Amino acid sequence: MSQHDAMPGHHSPGHHSPGHDSAIEHAGSLKDYVTGFVLAVLLTAIPFWLVMGRVFSHSGTTAAIIIGLAVVQIVIHMVYFLHMNTRAEGGWSLLALLFTTMLVVIALSGSIWVMYHLDHNMMPAAMPEAMPGMSPSAAPMPDPRAMP
Amino acid sequence: MPRFYSTAEHHPENGTLLGFWLYLMSDCLVFACLFAVYAVLGRHFAGGPTGAELFELPLVAVNTSLLLLSSLTYGFAMLAMSGNRLRETLLWLALTGGLGAGFIGLELNEFAHLVAIGAGPRRSAFLSSFFTLVGTHGLHVSFGIVWLVTLMVQLARHGLTAANRRRVMCLSMFWHFLDVVWIGVFTVVYLLGVLP
Repeated sequence: MSQHDAMPGHHSPGHHSPGHDSAIEHAGSLKDYVTGFVLAVLLTAIPFWLVMGRVFSHSGTTAAIIIGLAVVQIVIHMVYFLHMNTRAEGGWSLLALLFTTMLVVIALSGSIWVMYHLDHNMMPAAMPEAMPGMSPSAAPMPDPRAMP
Repeated sequence: MPRFYSTAEHHPENGTLLGFWLYLMSDCLVFACLFAVYAVLGRHFAGGPTGAELFELPLVAVNTSLLLLSSLTYGFAMLAMSGNRLRETLLWLALTGGLGAGFIGLELNEFAHLVAIGAGPRRSAFLSSFFTLVGTHGLHVSFGIVWLVTLMVQLARHGLTAANRRRVMCLSMFWHFLDVVWIGVFTVVYLLGVLP
């Protein structure tokens, strides 16, 4: 950005390094990449081992652990491969990331929550007069071909 | 008459990288919607095959390793670029493209196998959402490879110019981002899909 270098005082206080310095910041270091790679390999191998080796008898335990490991691995990739930090682009990329994360969480949790309840309420057994004494969770799945 | 605004064009440094990051965030929302669809429909088998019957985890593990390795080789390409070593940069980029092509090859092979045994996207809501989510990711990787080859030609012809450095940096963000999305895919689709 050579035209900016010709305009002293134009930069905001946080942007003291012109052009090329931030490019180096984006490139990261060998240590960053290797650390990130080793951590990512571990965080990939563990969930595969948990599922393929059937380590836990309870599916819920395995599911919770592998989702947790995936979240950790995503953060590792963000930090070591995408060089995400609070300083990059004056904090704007982190702000965009946080905003996107918020939208993703709302879209995902909202969809799953609403559709889970919709599924339950669409079951014939969810209507008490249709099948008294039967809880919705114990009801069999409705035959999809019978639905309109 | 005094002016209280800058008449010079305000163009923040590294604006391209921030803009590209914003594009990636919008792409992230696309994937979030597809993940939400899969989360809702992923167990609607319509009497057809389930994930536990269809998915071959060893194959997925190989695919995951290919993509993860390609992230590392791209990192090495970035390091070679910051050291102004053009040939080394090209070499690492070629290796990255090769690993990406291997990933796409295995994925297409899996898709062809699924369609051949009658588990295509039309079989059930589960398979429709599976093909949409995994296919969209595969399409992104394919476009990434096209971009990578184009960029290698540019680098070979014009060298490590400022514009080419910026492009290599944008593609690195794209490539690492696709690896991040794949973490979600192998966890939510494949690993959770085979759990009883």
